[in-house]
Amino acid sequence: MNFIVFVNEHYTEILTSILQHIYLVFFSVMIGILFSIPAGILLSRHKKAAEKILAVVSIVQTIPGLVMLGLALLIFGVGNTPALVVLSIYSVLPILRNTYTGLTEVQPGLIEAGRGIGMTLSQLLFRVQLPLAMPSIISGIRISTVYIVSWAALAGLIGAGGLGDLIWTGLSTYNTNYILAGAIPSAILAFLFSGIIGGVQRLATPRGLRGSTA
Amino acid sequence: MITFKNVSKSYGRQVVLDDLSFEIKQGQFVVLIGPSGCGKTTTLKMINRLIEPNSGEIYINGVNIMRQNPVELRRSIGYVIQQIGLFPNMTVEQNIAVVPKLLKYPKERWKPIVRELLELVNMPYEENAHKYPSELSGGQQQRIGVLRALAASPPIVLMDEPFGALDPITRDCLQEEVKKIQKKLKKTIVFVTHDMEEALKLADTIVFMNEGKIVQMASPEEMLRNPADNIVREFMGRHMQGGESPDLYVEDVMRTRILKVPKTLRTLECIDRMDRWEVNSVIVINDDETYAGTVSLEDIHKQGKPGREIGELITEETPTVSRFYKAQEVFDQLLTSPCKYLVVLNDDRTVAGLVTRTSMTKAVGKALWGAEIS
Repeated sequence: MNFIVFVNEHYTEILTSILQHIYLVFFSVMIGILFSIPAGILLSRHKKAAEKILAVVSIVQTIPGLVMLGLALLIFGVGNTPALVVLSIYSVLPILRNTYTGLTEVQPGLIEAGRGIGMTLSQLLFRVQLPLAMPSIISGIRISTVYIVSWAALAGLIGAGGLGDLIWTGLSTYNTNYILAGAIPSAILAFLFSGIIGGVQRLATPRGLRGSTA
Repeated sequence: MITFKNVSKSYGRQVVLDDLSFEIKQGQFVVLIGPSGCGKTTTLKMINRLIEPNSGEIYINGVNIMRQNPVELRRSIGYVIQQIGLFPNMTVEQNIAVVPKLLKYPKERWKPIVRELLELVNMPYEENAHKYPSELSGGQQQRIGVLRALAASPPIVLMDEPFGALDPITRDCLQEEVKKIQKKLKKTIVFVTHDMEEALKLADTIVFMNEGKIVQMASPEEMLRNPADNIVREFMGRHMQGGESPDLYVEDVMRTRILKVPKTLRTLECIDRMDRWEVNSVIVINDDETYAGTVSLEDIHKQGKPGREIGELITEETPTVSRFYKAQEVFDQLLTSPCKYLVVLNDDRTVAGLVTRTSMTKAVGKALWGAEIS
Protein backbone atom coordinates (compact mmCIF):
# COMPACT_ATOMS: atom_id res chain seq x y z
CA MET A 1 0.00 0.00 0.00
CA ASN A 2 2.80 2.30 0.97
CA PHE A 3 4.37 1.86 -2.41
CA ILE A 4 1.28 2.96 -4.30
CA VAL A 5 1.06 6.08 -2.19
CA PHE A 6 4.74 6.66 -2.84
CA VAL A 7 4.29 6.32 -6.57
CA ASN A 8 1.40 8.74 -6.48
CA GLU A 9 3.47 11.29 -4.64
CA HIS A 10 6.66 10.90 -6.70
CA TYR A 11 4.89 10.47 -9.98
CA THR A 12 6.82 13.10 -11.96
CA GLU A 13 10.18 12.15 -10.49
CA ILE A 14 9.73 8.50 -11.52
CA LEU A 15 8.54 9.45 -14.98
CA THR A 16 11.51 11.75 -15.51
CA SER A 17 13.83 8.98 -14.40
CA ILE A 18 12.25 6.52 -16.80
CA LEU A 19 12.61 8.98 -19.68
CA GLN A 20 16.20 9.68 -18.76
CA HIS A 21 16.85 5.97 -18.60
CA ILE A 22 15.35 5.39 -22.03
CA TYR A 23 17.39 8.29 -23.33
CA LEU A 24 20.61 6.76 -22.00
CA VAL A 25 19.83 3.31 -23.36
CA PHE A 26 18.66 4.58 -26.73
CA PHE A 27 21.64 6.78 -27.42
CA SER A 28 24.29 4.43 -26.16
CA VAL A 29 22.89 1.50 -28.14
CA MET A 30 22.57 3.81 -31.16
CA ILE A 31 26.22 4.80 -30.87
CA GLY A 32 27.06 1.14 -30.39
CA ILE A 33 25.20 0.20 -33.59
CA LEU A 34 26.70 3.02 -35.62
CA PHE A 35 30.14 1.92 -34.59
CA SER A 36 29.75 -1.85 -34.49
CA ILE A 37 28.05 -2.62 -37.78
CA PRO A 38 30.61 -0.86 -39.99
CA ALA A 39 33.37 -2.24 -37.77
CA GLY A 40 31.89 -5.74 -38.07
CA ILE A 41 31.80 -5.41 -41.86
CA LEU A 42 35.42 -4.32 -41.83
CA LEU A 43 36.40 -7.22 -39.58
CA SER A 44 34.60 -9.72 -41.82
CA ARG A 45 36.96 -8.68 -44.61
CA HIS A 46 40.08 -9.09 -42.49
CA LYS A 47 39.44 -12.35 -40.74
CA LYS A 48 42.94 -12.80 -39.38
CA ALA A 49 42.95 -9.47 -37.59
CA ALA A 50 39.33 -9.98 -36.57
CA GLU A 51 40.00 -12.81 -34.15
CA LYS A 52 42.57 -10.72 -32.27
CA ILE A 53 40.47 -7.59 -32.21
CA LEU A 54 37.40 -9.45 -30.97
CA ALA A 55 39.51 -11.02 -28.22
CA VAL A 56 40.69 -7.59 -27.10
CA VAL A 57 37.15 -6.21 -27.13
CA SER A 58 35.99 -9.17 -25.05
CA ILE A 59 38.63 -8.36 -22.44
CA VAL A 60 37.49 -4.74 -22.28
CA GLN A 61 34.00 -6.08 -21.73
CA THR A 62 35.10 -7.92 -18.60
CA ILE A 63 36.24 -4.72 -16.85
CA PRO A 64 33.61 -4.08 -14.19
CA GLY A 65 31.18 -1.32 -15.01
CA LEU A 66 32.01 0.59 -11.83
CA VAL A 67 35.68 0.77 -12.76
CA MET A 68 34.84 2.04 -16.19
CA LEU A 69 32.44 4.60 -14.81
CA GLY A 70 35.10 5.75 -12.39
CA LEU A 71 37.60 6.17 -15.21
CA ALA A 72 35.08 7.98 -17.34
CA LEU A 73 34.26 10.25 -14.42
CA LEU A 74 37.93 11.19 -14.14
CA ILE A 75 38.16 11.97 -17.82
CA PHE A 76 34.78 13.55 -18.61
CA GLY A 77 33.55 14.77 -15.24
CA VAL A 78 30.05 14.33 -13.84
CA GLY A 79 26.88 13.98 -15.93
CA ASN A 80 25.59 12.43 -19.10
CA THR A 81 28.73 12.30 -21.19
CA PRO A 82 30.77 9.76 -19.19
CA ALA A 83 27.71 7.55 -18.82
CA LEU A 84 27.00 7.61 -22.55
CA VAL A 85 30.62 6.85 -23.33
CA VAL A 86 30.83 3.90 -20.97
CA LEU A 87 27.46 2.45 -21.94
CA SER A 88 28.28 2.79 -25.63
CA ILE A 89 31.49 0.88 -25.11
CA TYR A 90 29.58 -1.89 -23.38
CA SER A 91 27.02 -2.06 -26.16
CA VAL A 92 29.69 -2.62 -28.78
CA LEU A 93 30.74 -6.21 -28.21
CA PRO A 94 27.52 -8.18 -28.74
CA ILE A 95 26.63 -6.19 -31.85
CA LEU A 96 30.15 -6.34 -33.22
CA ARG A 97 30.48 -10.05 -32.65
CA ASN A 98 27.08 -10.86 -34.09
CA THR A 99 27.67 -8.69 -37.14
CA TYR A 100 30.97 -10.43 -37.70
CA THR A 101 29.62 -13.95 -37.25
CA GLY A 102 26.49 -13.16 -39.24
CA LEU A 103 28.57 -11.97 -42.18
CA THR A 104 31.21 -14.67 -42.04
CA GLU A 105 28.61 -17.41 -41.80
CA VAL A 106 27.10 -16.54 -45.17
CA GLN A 107 27.83 -19.60 -47.31
CA PRO A 108 30.96 -19.21 -49.44
CA GLY A 109 28.97 -20.52 -52.41
CA LEU A 110 26.74 -17.45 -52.27
CA ILE A 111 29.70 -15.11 -52.22
CA GLU A 112 31.24 -16.92 -55.16
CA ALA A 113 27.97 -16.87 -57.06
CA GLY A 114 27.54 -13.17 -56.34
CA ARG A 115 31.03 -12.27 -57.49
CA GLY A 116 30.82 -14.62 -60.44
CA ILE A 117 27.70 -13.01 -61.83
CA GLY A 118 29.21 -9.57 -61.54
CA MET A 119 28.24 -7.99 -58.24
CA THR A 120 30.58 -5.35 -56.89
CA LEU A 121 31.70 -5.78 -53.29
CA SER A 122 29.13 -3.28 -52.06
CA GLN A 123 26.32 -4.86 -54.07
CA LEU A 124 27.28 -8.19 -52.60
CA LEU A 125 27.24 -6.64 -49.15
CA PHE A 126 23.91 -4.87 -49.40
CA ARG A 127 21.99 -7.40 -51.49
CA VAL A 128 23.29 -10.65 -50.09
CA GLN A 129 25.52 -10.55 -47.04
CA LEU A 130 23.76 -7.95 -44.90
CA PRO A 131 20.22 -9.25 -45.51
CA LEU A 132 21.36 -12.74 -44.59
CA ALA A 133 23.28 -11.52 -41.54
CA MET A 134 20.41 -9.28 -40.39
CA PRO A 135 18.80 -11.75 -37.96
CA SER A 136 22.15 -12.27 -36.26
CA ILE A 137 22.91 -8.53 -36.13
CA ILE A 138 19.54 -7.68 -34.63
CA SER A 139 19.89 -10.40 -32.07
CA GLY A 140 23.18 -8.74 -31.09
CA ILE A 141 21.37 -5.41 -30.73
CA ARG A 142 18.79 -7.11 -28.56
CA ILE A 143 21.40 -8.59 -26.25
CA SER A 144 23.14 -5.21 -26.02
CA THR A 145 19.95 -3.35 -25.24
CA VAL A 146 18.96 -5.67 -22.42
CA TYR A 147 22.47 -5.36 -20.97
CA ILE A 148 22.48 -1.62 -21.25
CA VAL A 149 19.12 -1.25 -19.53
CA SER A 150 20.65 -2.81 -16.44
CA TRP A 151 24.09 -1.21 -16.81
CA ALA A 152 22.43 2.19 -17.13
CA ALA A 153 21.21 1.87 -13.56
CA LEU A 154 24.85 2.25 -12.51
CA ALA A 155 25.03 5.53 -14.33
CA GLY A 156 22.97 7.11 -11.56
CA LEU A 157 26.14 6.93 -9.49
CA ILE A 158 27.90 9.54 -11.58
CA GLY A 159 24.96 11.83 -11.88
CA ALA A 160 23.66 10.78 -15.27
CA GLY A 161 20.14 10.42 -13.93
CA GLY A 162 17.85 7.57 -14.92
CA LEU A 163 16.31 4.87 -12.80
CA GLY A 164 19.68 4.29 -11.15
CA ASP A 165 19.18 7.60 -9.36
CA LEU A 166 16.08 6.27 -7.60
CA ILE A 167 17.78 3.00 -6.71
CA TRP A 168 20.88 4.67 -5.26
CA THR A 169 18.75 7.11 -3.32
CA GLY A 170 16.79 4.17 -1.93
CA LEU A 171 19.93 2.23 -1.04
CA SER A 172 21.57 5.13 0.74
CA THR A 173 18.46 6.09 2.71
CA TYR A 174 17.14 2.56 3.36
CA ASN A 175 13.98 3.51 1.50
CA THR A 176 12.53 0.39 -0.14
CA ASN A 177 10.01 2.43 -2.08
CA TYR A 178 12.75 4.29 -3.96
CA ILE A 179 14.49 1.02 -4.74
CA LEU A 180 11.29 -0.53 -6.06
CA ALA A 181 10.42 2.59 -8.04
CA GLY A 182 13.78 2.22 -9.78
CA ALA A 183 13.97 -1.53 -10.10
CA ILE A 184 10.48 -2.34 -11.35
CA PRO A 185 10.43 0.07 -14.32
CA SER A 186 13.95 -0.99 -15.16
CA ALA A 187 12.88 -4.64 -15.35
CA ILE A 188 9.82 -3.71 -17.39
CA LEU A 189 11.97 -1.68 -19.78
CA ALA A 190 14.35 -4.59 -20.34
CA PHE A 191 11.43 -6.88 -21.02
CA LEU A 192 9.71 -4.39 -23.31
CA PHE A 193 12.80 -3.55 -25.40
CA SER A 194 13.64 -7.20 -25.77
CA GLY A 195 10.12 -7.89 -27.03
CA ILE A 196 10.08 -4.99 -29.46
CA ILE A 197 13.47 -5.86 -30.93
CA GLY A 198 12.44 -9.50 -31.15
CA GLY A 199 9.52 -8.36 -33.30
CA VAL A 200 11.78 -6.27 -35.48
CA GLN A 201 14.05 -9.27 -35.85
CA ARG A 202 11.22 -11.41 -37.16
CA LEU A 203 10.29 -8.69 -39.65
CA ALA A 204 13.87 -8.24 -40.79
CA THR A 205 14.45 -11.94 -41.35
CA PRO A 206 14.24 -12.49 -45.10
CA ARG A 207 11.13 -14.53 -45.83
CA GLY A 208 13.15 -17.20 -47.56
CA LEU A 209 14.99 -17.86 -44.30
CA ARG A 210 12.07 -17.93 -41.92
CA GLY A 211 11.36 -21.25 -40.40
CA SER A 212 14.93 -22.35 -40.78
CA THR A 213 16.36 -19.91 -38.27
CA ALA A 214 13.37 -19.19 -36.07
CA MET B 1 35.61 -16.96 -79.34
CA ILE B 2 37.61 -17.76 -76.21
CA THR B 3 41.34 -18.01 -76.66
CA PHE B 4 43.95 -18.97 -74.08
CA LYS B 5 47.48 -17.98 -75.01
CA ASN B 6 50.32 -19.44 -72.95
CA VAL B 7 48.40 -19.09 -69.72
CA SER B 8 50.19 -20.16 -66.55
CA LYS B 9 49.19 -20.04 -62.95
CA SER B 10 50.95 -21.17 -59.83
CA TYR B 11 50.41 -20.78 -56.13
CA GLY B 12 53.83 -20.53 -54.56
CA ARG B 13 55.76 -23.42 -56.00
CA GLN B 14 52.73 -25.40 -57.01
CA VAL B 15 52.03 -25.07 -60.70
CA VAL B 16 48.31 -25.24 -61.41
CA LEU B 17 48.29 -24.32 -65.08
CA ASP B 18 51.34 -24.84 -67.22
CA ASP B 19 51.53 -22.78 -70.41
CA LEU B 20 47.99 -23.48 -71.51
CA SER B 21 46.90 -22.55 -75.04
CA PHE B 22 43.65 -23.47 -76.70
CA GLU B 23 40.66 -22.02 -78.43
CA ILE B 24 36.95 -22.49 -77.94
CA LYS B 25 34.74 -21.78 -80.92
CA GLN B 26 31.45 -19.97 -80.78
CA GLY B 27 28.38 -22.11 -80.08
CA GLN B 28 30.37 -25.05 -78.80
CA PHE B 29 29.67 -27.11 -75.74
CA VAL B 30 33.12 -27.60 -74.29
CA VAL B 31 33.65 -29.86 -71.30
CA LEU B 32 36.80 -29.61 -69.21
CA ILE B 33 37.54 -32.89 -67.51
CA GLY B 34 40.39 -34.56 -65.69
CA PRO B 35 41.48 -35.91 -62.32
CA SER B 36 41.07 -33.58 -59.36
CA GLY B 37 43.74 -30.93 -59.16
CA CYS B 38 44.26 -31.00 -62.92
CA GLY B 39 43.44 -27.30 -63.25
CA LYS B 40 40.03 -27.57 -64.90
CA THR B 41 38.20 -25.35 -62.41
CA THR B 42 41.06 -22.86 -62.39
CA THR B 43 40.84 -22.67 -66.17
CA LEU B 44 37.11 -22.05 -65.99
CA LYS B 45 37.38 -19.34 -63.37
CA MET B 46 39.98 -17.52 -65.40
CA ILE B 47 37.45 -16.88 -68.11
CA ASN B 48 35.46 -14.59 -65.80
CA ARG B 49 38.52 -13.44 -63.90
CA LEU B 50 37.61 -14.98 -60.57
CA ILE B 51 41.17 -16.24 -60.83
CA GLU B 52 43.82 -14.32 -62.73
CA PRO B 53 46.78 -15.84 -64.55
CA ASN B 54 50.40 -15.17 -63.60
CA SER B 55 51.31 -14.98 -67.24
CA GLY B 56 49.73 -15.37 -70.64
CA GLU B 57 46.62 -13.82 -72.10
CA ILE B 58 42.99 -14.72 -72.46
CA TYR B 59 40.91 -13.23 -75.25
CA ILE B 60 37.17 -13.21 -75.68
CA ASN B 61 36.18 -12.20 -79.22
CA GLY B 62 39.64 -10.80 -79.69
CA VAL B 63 39.54 -8.60 -76.60
CA ASN B 64 42.08 -9.23 -73.86
CA ILE B 65 39.96 -9.74 -70.76
CA MET B 66 42.65 -8.36 -68.50
CA ARG B 67 41.94 -4.98 -70.07
CA GLN B 68 38.25 -5.27 -69.25
CA ASN B 69 36.56 -4.25 -66.04
CA PRO B 70 36.10 -7.58 -64.19
CA VAL B 71 32.60 -6.68 -62.94
CA GLU B 72 31.38 -5.81 -66.42
CA LEU B 73 33.08 -8.88 -67.85
CA ARG B 74 31.30 -11.15 -65.36
CA ARG B 75 27.92 -9.61 -66.09
CA SER B 76 28.39 -10.55 -69.72
CA ILE B 77 29.17 -14.19 -68.89
CA GLY B 78 26.72 -16.63 -67.28
CA TYR B 79 27.98 -18.52 -64.25
CA VAL B 80 26.60 -21.65 -62.59
CA ILE B 81 28.29 -23.29 -59.61
CA GLN B 82 27.99 -26.64 -57.92
CA GLN B 83 26.68 -25.24 -54.64
CA ILE B 84 23.90 -23.67 -56.72
CA GLY B 85 24.33 -20.37 -54.93
CA LEU B 86 20.78 -19.09 -55.18
CA PHE B 87 20.34 -16.17 -52.83
CA PRO B 88 18.04 -17.48 -50.08
CA ASN B 89 16.73 -14.00 -49.29
CA MET B 90 15.40 -13.53 -52.81
CA THR B 91 12.49 -15.16 -54.58
CA VAL B 92 12.93 -17.28 -57.67
CA GLU B 93 12.02 -14.26 -59.77
CA GLN B 94 14.47 -11.97 -57.99
CA ASN B 95 17.20 -14.56 -58.31
CA ILE B 96 16.70 -14.92 -62.04
CA ALA B 97 16.48 -11.17 -62.53
CA VAL B 98 19.55 -10.40 -60.51
CA VAL B 99 21.95 -9.81 -63.41
CA PRO B 100 19.42 -7.90 -65.55
CA LYS B 101 18.88 -5.68 -62.53
CA LEU B 102 22.61 -5.18 -62.06
CA LEU B 103 22.63 -4.12 -65.70
CA LYS B 104 19.81 -1.67 -64.90
CA TYR B 105 17.22 -3.26 -67.16
CA PRO B 106 13.84 -1.64 -66.50
CA LYS B 107 11.15 -3.85 -64.99
CA GLU B 108 9.22 -4.04 -68.27
CA ARG B 109 12.27 -5.65 -69.78
CA TRP B 110 13.28 -8.20 -67.15
CA LYS B 111 9.80 -9.38 -66.16
CA PRO B 112 9.10 -11.07 -69.52
CA ILE B 113 12.58 -12.59 -69.45
CA VAL B 114 11.85 -14.30 -66.15
CA ARG B 115 8.55 -15.62 -67.43
CA GLU B 116 10.06 -16.89 -70.65
CA LEU B 117 12.96 -18.61 -68.92
CA LEU B 118 10.73 -20.35 -66.40
CA GLU B 119 8.65 -21.65 -69.28
CA LEU B 120 11.82 -22.97 -70.88
CA VAL B 121 12.25 -25.43 -68.00
CA ASN B 122 8.54 -26.13 -67.53
CA MET B 123 8.21 -24.29 -64.26
CA PRO B 124 5.15 -22.09 -64.72
CA TYR B 125 5.66 -18.49 -63.65
CA GLU B 126 2.53 -18.25 -61.51
CA GLU B 127 3.46 -21.31 -59.48
CA ASN B 128 7.16 -20.70 -59.04
CA ALA B 129 8.22 -17.10 -59.44
CA HIS B 130 7.36 -16.05 -55.92
CA LYS B 131 8.71 -19.08 -54.13
CA TYR B 132 11.95 -18.93 -52.19
CA PRO B 133 14.83 -21.27 -53.02
CA SER B 134 14.27 -23.18 -49.77
CA GLU B 135 10.82 -24.17 -51.05
CA LEU B 136 12.24 -25.90 -54.13
CA SER B 137 13.79 -29.34 -54.60
CA GLY B 138 17.50 -29.57 -55.37
CA GLY B 139 16.84 -30.16 -59.04
CA GLN B 140 14.49 -27.20 -59.31
CA GLN B 141 16.99 -25.01 -57.49
CA GLN B 142 19.71 -25.80 -59.97
CA ARG B 143 17.29 -25.20 -62.85
CA ILE B 144 16.85 -21.71 -61.46
CA GLY B 145 20.62 -21.49 -61.06
CA VAL B 146 20.95 -22.17 -64.77
CA LEU B 147 18.23 -19.67 -65.63
CA ARG B 148 19.93 -17.00 -63.57
CA ALA B 149 23.04 -17.52 -65.67
CA LEU B 150 21.00 -17.12 -68.85
CA ALA B 151 18.90 -14.11 -67.86
CA ALA B 152 21.00 -11.37 -69.38
CA SER B 153 21.49 -13.48 -72.54
CA PRO B 154 25.24 -13.82 -72.22
CA PRO B 155 26.83 -15.48 -75.24
CA ILE B 156 29.06 -17.53 -72.93
CA VAL B 157 27.97 -19.58 -69.93
CA LEU B 158 30.43 -21.11 -67.48
CA MET B 159 29.34 -24.13 -65.46
CA ASP B 160 31.44 -25.49 -62.62
CA GLU B 161 30.29 -29.05 -61.87
CA PRO B 162 26.72 -27.78 -61.79
CA PHE B 163 25.07 -31.16 -61.39
CA GLY B 164 27.62 -32.79 -59.09
CA ALA B 165 25.46 -32.52 -56.00
CA LEU B 166 22.23 -33.75 -57.59
CA ASP B 167 20.83 -37.25 -57.50
CA PRO B 168 21.38 -39.26 -60.69
CA ILE B 169 17.86 -39.07 -62.03
CA THR B 170 17.56 -35.32 -61.60
CA ARG B 171 21.04 -34.96 -63.03
CA ASP B 172 19.98 -36.83 -66.16
CA CYS B 173 17.00 -34.50 -66.64
CA LEU B 174 19.05 -31.36 -66.16
CA GLN B 175 21.76 -32.53 -68.50
CA GLU B 176 19.19 -33.02 -71.18
CA GLU B 177 17.60 -29.66 -70.52
CA VAL B 178 20.92 -27.84 -70.60
CA LYS B 179 21.89 -29.52 -73.85
CA LYS B 180 18.55 -28.55 -75.34
CA ILE B 181 18.84 -24.97 -74.14
CA GLN B 182 22.37 -24.70 -75.46
CA LYS B 183 21.28 -25.79 -78.92
CA LYS B 184 18.19 -23.63 -78.92
CA LEU B 185 19.85 -20.46 -77.68
CA LYS B 186 23.18 -21.17 -79.42
CA LYS B 187 25.29 -20.51 -76.35
CA THR B 188 28.95 -21.22 -75.96
CA ILE B 189 29.16 -23.31 -72.82
CA VAL B 190 32.29 -24.16 -70.87
CA PHE B 191 31.50 -26.93 -68.44
CA VAL B 192 33.67 -28.53 -65.77
CA THR B 193 33.04 -32.08 -64.58
CA HIS B 194 34.91 -35.10 -63.34
CA ASP B 195 32.24 -37.45 -64.66
CA MET B 196 33.15 -38.90 -68.06
CA GLU B 197 29.61 -40.04 -68.67
CA GLU B 198 28.44 -36.46 -68.31
CA ALA B 199 31.20 -35.23 -70.59
CA LEU B 200 30.39 -37.76 -73.30
CA LYS B 201 26.74 -36.91 -73.10
CA LEU B 202 27.07 -33.15 -73.29
CA ALA B 203 30.24 -32.17 -75.06
CA ASP B 204 30.93 -31.15 -78.61
CA THR B 205 34.54 -30.97 -77.57
CA ILE B 206 36.14 -32.56 -74.53
CA VAL B 207 39.27 -30.98 -73.11
CA PHE B 208 41.07 -33.57 -71.04
CA MET B 209 43.48 -32.00 -68.57
CA ASN B 210 46.10 -33.41 -66.27
CA GLU B 211 48.65 -31.63 -64.10
CA GLY B 212 47.86 -28.24 -65.55
CA LYS B 213 48.22 -29.29 -69.16
CA ILE B 214 45.86 -30.34 -71.89
CA VAL B 215 46.33 -34.02 -72.60
CA GLN B 216 43.79 -34.24 -75.37
CA MET B 217 41.21 -31.94 -76.91
CA ALA B 218 38.81 -33.82 -79.15
CA SER B 219 35.23 -34.72 -79.88
CA PRO B 220 33.74 -37.44 -77.66
CA GLU B 221 33.78 -39.91 -80.55
CA GLU B 222 37.39 -39.24 -81.33
CA MET B 223 38.39 -39.48 -77.69
CA LEU B 224 36.62 -42.81 -77.30
CA ARG B 225 38.24 -44.15 -80.42
CA ASN B 226 41.75 -42.79 -79.91
CA PRO B 227 42.45 -41.85 -76.31
CA ALA B 228 45.75 -39.94 -76.18
CA ASP B 229 47.22 -41.84 -73.27
CA ASN B 230 46.53 -44.25 -70.46
CA ILE B 231 45.05 -41.69 -68.12
CA VAL B 232 42.45 -40.73 -70.68
CA ARG B 233 41.81 -44.39 -71.43
CA GLU B 234 41.33 -45.12 -67.74
CA PHE B 235 38.92 -42.23 -67.41
CA MET B 236 36.88 -43.49 -70.32
CA GLY B 237 36.80 -46.88 -68.66
CA ARG B 238 33.61 -48.66 -69.44
CA HIS B 239 32.66 -46.24 -72.17
CA MET B 240 35.34 -47.60 -74.46
CA GLN B 241 34.25 -49.64 -77.39
CA GLY B 242 34.95 -53.35 -77.21
CA GLY B 243 35.52 -55.53 -80.26
CA GLU B 244 33.69 -55.29 -83.54
CA SER B 245 30.36 -56.63 -82.38
CA PRO B 246 30.28 -56.07 -78.68
CA ASP B 247 28.80 -58.80 -76.52
CA LEU B 248 26.60 -56.83 -74.23
CA TYR B 249 25.32 -58.27 -70.98
CA VAL B 250 22.62 -56.99 -68.75
CA GLU B 251 25.15 -55.51 -66.36
CA ASP B 252 26.50 -53.36 -69.19
CA VAL B 253 23.18 -51.77 -69.96
CA MET B 254 21.47 -51.51 -66.59
CA ARG B 255 21.06 -48.38 -64.59
CA THR B 256 22.65 -48.80 -61.19
CA ARG B 257 21.52 -45.64 -59.49
CA ILE B 258 18.10 -46.62 -58.27
CA LEU B 259 15.84 -45.94 -55.35
CA LYS B 260 15.69 -48.89 -52.95
CA VAL B 261 13.61 -48.82 -49.79
CA PRO B 262 13.26 -51.27 -46.89
CA LYS B 263 9.97 -53.14 -46.45
CA THR B 264 9.22 -51.39 -43.21
CA LEU B 265 9.24 -47.89 -44.66
CA ARG B 266 5.93 -46.05 -44.15
CA THR B 267 4.06 -45.09 -47.28
CA LEU B 268 4.21 -41.35 -46.68
CA GLU B 269 7.97 -41.36 -46.26
CA CYS B 270 8.18 -43.47 -49.37
CA ILE B 271 6.17 -41.00 -51.44
CA ASP B 272 8.40 -38.28 -50.14
CA ARG B 273 11.53 -40.09 -51.30
CA MET B 274 10.02 -40.85 -54.68
CA ASP B 275 9.25 -37.18 -55.04
CA ARG B 276 12.79 -36.27 -54.29
CA TRP B 277 14.13 -38.78 -56.77
CA GLU B 278 11.46 -37.82 -59.25
CA VAL B 279 10.58 -41.45 -59.92
CA ASN B 280 7.23 -43.17 -59.85
CA SER B 281 8.15 -46.60 -58.60
CA VAL B 282 10.54 -48.05 -56.06
CA ILE B 283 12.34 -51.32 -55.44
CA VAL B 284 11.48 -52.80 -52.06
CA ILE B 285 14.14 -54.89 -50.37
CA ASN B 286 14.08 -57.32 -47.44
CA ASP B 287 16.12 -56.91 -44.30
CA ASP B 288 18.95 -58.95 -45.82
CA GLU B 289 18.90 -56.63 -48.85
CA THR B 290 17.41 -59.28 -51.14
CA TYR B 291 14.76 -58.27 -53.62
CA ALA B 292 11.22 -58.23 -52.28
CA GLY B 293 9.20 -56.57 -55.06
CA THR B 294 8.28 -53.24 -56.56
CA VAL B 295 5.69 -50.67 -55.67
CA SER B 296 4.48 -47.93 -57.97
CA LEU B 297 3.15 -44.57 -56.95
CA GLU B 298 -0.18 -45.71 -58.35
CA ASP B 299 -0.24 -48.72 -56.01
CA ILE B 300 0.34 -46.48 -53.04
CA HIS B 301 -2.41 -44.11 -54.06
CA LYS B 302 -4.81 -46.96 -54.74
CA GLN B 303 -4.44 -48.94 -51.56
CA GLY B 304 -1.97 -47.23 -49.30
CA LYS B 305 -3.30 -45.58 -46.20
CA PRO B 306 -0.95 -43.22 -44.40
CA GLY B 307 1.20 -45.06 -41.90
CA ARG B 308 1.08 -48.43 -43.63
CA GLU B 309 4.32 -50.18 -44.37
CA ILE B 310 5.41 -50.25 -47.97
CA GLY B 311 6.05 -54.01 -47.76
CA GLU B 312 2.32 -54.66 -47.68
CA LEU B 313 1.79 -53.11 -51.09
CA ILE B 314 4.32 -55.12 -53.04
CA THR B 315 3.30 -56.41 -56.42
CA GLU B 316 5.24 -59.21 -58.03
CA GLU B 317 4.43 -58.19 -61.57
CA THR B 318 7.85 -56.82 -62.45
CA PRO B 319 9.99 -59.49 -64.13
CA THR B 320 13.49 -60.05 -62.80
CA VAL B 321 16.61 -61.02 -64.72
CA SER B 322 20.16 -61.95 -63.80
CA ARG B 323 22.89 -59.44 -64.45
CA PHE B 324 24.75 -62.05 -66.48
CA TYR B 325 22.02 -62.56 -69.06
CA LYS B 326 22.72 -61.46 -72.58
CA ALA B 327 21.44 -57.98 -73.15
CA GLN B 328 19.70 -59.02 -76.34
CA GLU B 329 17.40 -61.51 -74.61
CA VAL B 330 16.48 -58.97 -72.01
CA PHE B 331 15.81 -56.42 -74.68
CA ASP B 332 13.26 -58.76 -76.25
CA GLN B 333 11.66 -59.40 -72.90
CA LEU B 334 11.41 -55.69 -72.17
CA LEU B 335 9.79 -54.98 -75.50
CA THR B 336 7.20 -57.73 -75.14
CA SER B 337 6.35 -57.23 -71.48
CA PRO B 338 3.87 -54.60 -70.35
CA CYS B 339 6.33 -53.41 -67.70
CA LYS B 340 8.37 -50.31 -68.27
CA TYR B 341 11.43 -51.85 -66.68
CA LEU B 342 13.06 -55.05 -65.47
CA VAL B 343 14.76 -55.60 -62.16
CA VAL B 344 18.31 -56.93 -62.40
CA LEU B 345 19.39 -59.28 -59.61
CA ASN B 346 22.79 -60.45 -58.45
CA ASP B 347 23.36 -64.15 -57.77
CA ASP B 348 22.49 -63.68 -54.12
CA ARG B 349 19.14 -62.10 -55.06
CA THR B 350 20.21 -58.60 -54.06
CA VAL B 351 19.24 -55.85 -56.46
CA ALA B 352 21.90 -54.83 -58.96
CA GLY B 353 20.01 -52.34 -61.03
CA LEU B 354 17.24 -51.69 -63.49
CA VAL B 355 16.95 -52.05 -67.20
CA THR B 356 14.61 -49.43 -68.57
CA ARG B 357 13.72 -48.73 -72.15
CA THR B 358 15.84 -45.60 -71.96
CA SER B 359 18.91 -47.39 -70.65
CA MET B 360 18.44 -50.04 -73.33
CA THR B 361 18.20 -47.47 -76.09
CA LYS B 362 21.28 -45.72 -74.82
CA ALA B 363 23.25 -48.95 -74.75
CA VAL B 364 22.24 -49.78 -78.28
CA GLY B 365 23.10 -46.31 -79.45
CA LYS B 366 26.48 -46.50 -77.82
CA ALA B 367 27.21 -49.87 -79.37
CA LEU B 368 26.25 -48.52 -82.77
CA TRP B 369 27.88 -45.13 -82.78
CA GLY B 370 30.49 -45.48 -80.11
CA ALA B 371 29.19 -42.64 -78.00
CA GLU B 372 26.50 -41.98 -75.53
CA ILE B 373 23.44 -40.54 -77.24
CA SER B 374 21.50 -37.81 -75.60
